[in-house]
This record gives sequence, C-alpha cells and structure tokens, in this order.
Amino acid sequence: MTSISATGAPARGAAIDIVSASKRYGGFVALDNVSLHIEAGEFMTLLGPSGSGKTTTLNVVAGFTEVTSGNLDVGGASMVGTPAHKRNIGVVFQHYALFPHMNVGRNVAYPLTLRGIGRAEREKRVARALDMVKMADFAHRYPSELSGGQQQRVALARAIVFDPPILLMDEPLGALDKKLREWLQLEIKRIHRELGTTFVYVTHDQEEALVLSDRIAVFNQGKIEQIGTGRQLYDEPATLFVGKFIGDSTVLRGDVRTSGEETAIAVAGETVVTRKRLPGTMKPVMLLRPEKLSLTRPGQAANGRNRLPGQITEAIYLGSGSKYEVRLRDGSTAIVRSPLEAEIFAIGDAVSLTFAETDAKLLADDGRADLTLT
Amino acid sequence: MQIHTRIVLGLVCMLVAVWLVAPTLVVIPMSFNENKSLAFPPVGFSWQWYENFLTNPEWSSSFFNSLKVASLVAVVATVLGTLAAFGLDRMRNVTTSGFLRMLLITPMVVPGVVLAIGIYAVYLDTRLVGTLTGFVLAHTILAIPFVLIAVSASLEVFDKRLETAAASCGAGRLTAFRTVTLPLILPGILSGLLFAFVTSFDEIIVALFISNPYLKTLPVQIFTSITRDADPTVAAVGTILFLATSFIIAGGLLLGNRQRKG
Ligand SMILES: Nc1ncnc2c1ncn2[C@@H]1O[C@H](COP(=O)(O)OP(=O)(O)OP(=O)(O)O)[C@@H](O)[C@H]1O
Ligand SMILES: [Mg+2]
Repeated sequence: MTSISATGAPARGAAIDIVSASKRYGGFVALDNVSLHIEAGEFMTLLGPSGSGKTTTLNVVAGFTEVTSGNLDVGGASMVGTPAHKRNIGVVFQHYALFPHMNVGRNVAYPLTLRGIGRAEREKRVARALDMVKMADFAHRYPSELSGGQQQRVALARAIVFDPPILLMDEPLGALDKKLREWLQLEIKRIHRELGTTFVYVTHDQEEALVLSDRIAVFNQGKIEQIGTGRQLYDEPATLFVGKFIGDSTVLRGDVRTSGEETAIAVAGETVVTRKRLPGTMKPVMLLRPEKLSLTRPGQAANGRNRLPGQITEAIYLGSGSKYEVRLRDGSTAIVRSPLEAEIFAIGDAVSLTFAETDAKLLADDGRADLTLT
Repeated sequence: MQIHTRIVLGLVCMLVAVWLVAPTLVVIPMSFNENKSLAFPPVGFSWQWYENFLTNPEWSSSFFNSLKVASLVAVVATVLGTLAAFGLDRMRNVTTSGFLRMLLITPMVVPGVVLAIGIYAVYLDTRLVGTLTGFVLAHTILAIPFVLIAVSASLEVFDKRLETAAASCGAGRLTAFRTVTLPLILPGILSGLLFAFVTSFDEIIVALFISNPYLKTLPVQIFTSITRDADPTVAAVGTILFLATSFIIAGGLLLGNRQRKG
C-alpha cells in the first residue's frame, strides 16, 4: 500500500516555498526574514529552542497565522490570504485536538464528511487510515477512552485521511514518554515513506530531528541558522549555535592570533592552531566533536601540535566506547568519546587532550549561541 | 462516636430539607380543600379547584399566555444570549468585553420594581402594555443574563484549539461552529434555555405592571385572585406546577446520567 487516495494513484507531496517571511507581534519579531524551500515529498524538520519561531513558521504554512511580510508558495501557487480551511493541508498538534464528542471513526471521517465524500468511500478510507496507524480496532472508542499515544495516532489518521499533499506536525510526540516516542518516530517515518507526502515536523529534540528528517532547518531567535541534512549540520555547522545545538561539542575560546592562513587560539596558557581563517572581523572560536578528540597520559607522545592539559571529571561507559568530561585549565569542559579499544581513564586522572588541526571547526563567536540555550 | 455524629448530621439535614420544602408541600393538601378557604389544615376532599382551573377561562387562558410567553422568551433569549456570549468570548479587547458583559447582566442586578417602572413608562407610550410582543421583549431582557452566564461558563472550558483543528480538516468558521463548538457547549445552552423559560414563566413584578385585562400571565392571575378572594384554585395551580417542574428536573437528571454513562 503506497497511497490512500481515492483514485488509487500514489499520493504526491507538494513543494513549499517560504520566501522572506516575517512575522511581527507589535514590536516583537517572531519571524525575521525567513526563507525556506521544502522539496515535494521531503521530510523537513524545524529544529530550535523554545520561542525560536518553529510553531510560527508552521502556522504560517497551515494558514493559522498570516505573515507580516513575505510570501508563501505551496505547489507553485501563492497561499497568502488563503484561509486555513481551504489549504488542504493536514495538521497534527501536540495536544492531539481530537473532537471529544465524536468517536475515533467519526473523528477520522470528519475531513471526508466536510468534503462531501459518500458513505461507502468514506468508510473505506477511514478504515485504511486507521489501519495505517494501527488503530483499526479502536474505531468505536471515544478520545477520552484512549491513551496519549493512541490519541495521537488517531489524530495522525485524521490528518492523512483526506490525502493532503502536505502534513504539518508540531511536536506531536512532545507529551509522550521516551519509549513510546521512539516507537512512534519509526511509525511516522514508515508512514512518510508509504504516503510520499511532504512532511514538515517541528521539534526541539535534536535526536528526534536526526532520526526522522531528510533535512533539518535550525531556528534561533526567529531566524534560520542553517538548513541541511543531519550529517551536514553535524560535520559542517555554519554557526556556533548549530554546532552546539546538534550533538555534543567542545568549544575552545581564548586570545586569537592570525598569521597568514593560520589561526591560533590561546587556551589557558597553551596554544592550539588550525590552518583555517575566518573571513571578516568576527572573533573565531574552535569547535570540536567528541570523537575527534583523544586522550593520552600527560607527557606521553602524541601526534599533532594541539595539546591541552586537563582532568577527568566524569567517565561514562557506553558499551560501544566511553564518554569523558574533561575540565580544562580555563574552567571550560571538553567532551570526549573514545573507542572501545582506547585506554580507560578514571575520574580525577590528569590527561592531555589532543586533536588534529584539520578536525577543528573555526566558527564566529557571534554571541547568539548561548543566549537561548537555557 | 462516629455513629453518634452521623445520626446528628442526618437529623440536621432532614430538618433543613423539611424547612426548605415544607412551604411547597403545604400547598398540596390545601388544593383538595372542600371549602372555599385557604385555611390550613384543609377540610374534606374534593377535585373542584382542579376542575375550576381547567374550565374557568380566566385561569386556563392565563396559563396558556404564560406558556406562550415563556416559550418565545426561551427561544429568543437563548439565541441572543448565546450569540452575545460567543461574541464576548472572542473579543480581543478584554476591557470592552468586560464592560459589555456587565451591561448585559444589569437586568439581573437592578431591582425588579425599578426595571418594571421603566418598562411600564416606555410601554405606555409605545402601546405595548398587555401585548404578547411587550411581554416577550420585557422578559427577554430579564432572561438574557441567565443564558449569557450559562453559555459563557461552557465557553470558558471549551478548548478553542479544537476550532483550529477543525479548520485544518477543511471546516470554515461557520461549519466549525456548527459541528464542533455548538455540540460541545450545548449543555450550557440547554441550561440557559431552561433558566430563560423559568425566569419568564414565574416573573411577576414586571408582569403586574404590563398586564391588562386582555393579556394576563399565570403569576399575575394567581396574585390578583389571592388578593381578591381566598380561592383554593391557587393551591391547585401550585400543585400542578410543583409536580410538572419536579418531573422536568427528574427527567433532566436521568438524561444527564444516561449521557455520562453512554
Ligand atoms: N500571538 C502572539 N502574540 C505575541 N507573541 C507571540 C504570539 N505567538 C507567538 N509569539 C512569540 O513569538 C515567538 C516564537 O513563538 P513560536 O511559538 O513560534 O516558538 P516555538 O519555536 O514554537 O517555541 P516552542 O518550542 O516553545 O513551541 C515567541 O517568543 C512567542 O512568545
Ligand atoms: Mg511551538
């Protein structure tokens, strides 16, 4: 089964084009000149901290909010001024929003009833949508008789039953426990594959974003910091904020000296260098991923120029390896992941932190990174 | 000790209950009085006052007048009150909506006589005294606050996000209201309807002012009859009304229970 459309033809997603969209509430800028292109059939996640504008963006696409300026195209047609109920876009809410006076079957049938679809066809489609979310046995229950996870699956069925080219989800798993969340993530992924609908998914959980998405748009303070695949965001963060928001990271700050194509940063008396230079006048910092850092005993030989002394403050055995937290002399903390075969350290051990020049990312210390990470 | 307090508590509750319903229950034996007097205890037994209520046109017409007025008021006040409650609920400006809400509720707070004098003065000029329109208008003013309060309470707990969900399913504002909002606030609307009916049906102060020999409501008829002569028909009417309201309320409770279970 690849589709639940009436005609039997595979359902097709529609492309979304948000062009220079801004949204102001009085003097407050909730969306600041946001542009985002989403391919037809893509799974796009909007990721960012609380208040960064994810829901606002989703509401603009759904038609619940009008932009102050900018444009929105869906499937090549401008949607500005089109009311929500004429957009034919499915929406799943964090709070489920099932109609409490209708049973599951009637909830899912609701969009079809509104579209004047006949009874036989309606029942067939409702059954198929409920099948898809594995809730076929619950058609006669009322929402109050379902668990949170079950309610959200019904809400998902209601949002896909009318075959919308686009499905929007605003933290749909936010109220569920971890186990259930992980299972439903896989279910959502499967449904996306089967339907071919364009999915736009909002979350502030970076792991969830990595599991689900084709691409991720990272939001911060009403702006998009970077758009890319999970790997791109992890390996090549465009900003310090993205680097810190996606995955674990160690940030090295200090006095900067640049000579030629080389940048040196003095961290607690030692100097680390990388053969990169930041364009412009922004102050650079180094960002390192945990698996790019390695630990040795002090004085032990190691390759590369970059060595920082420190002390282990936390050692966690992960099965596939170990994770350490290392306190550096300037008081900052480095996070290190070492492979299974590497030497084991204990809390309190003095160590040397080493890394290759090429593994250090040089990013501008733009001051936006820490503000909203509370 | 435990049992002791329980018995005392039970007795006190019984006393309060008797105190509350006794005046009403006294009416029942009086309605079967053989003599034309309202003395208690009554003497003998007869159905004659019930007969009088059904056959005397003064009584039956006033009863049907009340029924007609109260039904119209219930419908008009429920529609207007519900629309007002909805509008006030959706108003952006909280100060304005609060002020308007207060304004709409004043008929409930203003002393009935004051309101009655005002209405009477206006009705004299506009020839509305003793007309069905006059009664319905006056009683609607009095009934709207009850509807407004009952429906507002329902809207207070109604989750507006369901309307957003309905829109995402393809429902326009009106369809969303009809299919989602209305069914969910219906209990509030129905209780408002009941309140409006009762408010009009047993309203006497304004009715005394705007009644005339051509159009009289039941409370006015009861009042004039009891001040003119001690006619036990009043007790018969009282008994009928008491039983009717008891049945309606019992029915409502039963229905509510069934709904909650189903
Ligand atoms: N109706 C409104 N009036 C005023 N400000 C608003 C309104 N709606 C949203 N905002 C503001 O816009 C900003 C972005 O809100 P938005 O709901 O898009 O955040 P979000 O990224 O979804 O956050 P969260 O993860 O907490 O849901 C917030 O600072 C919020 O306070
Ligand atoms: Mg949000």
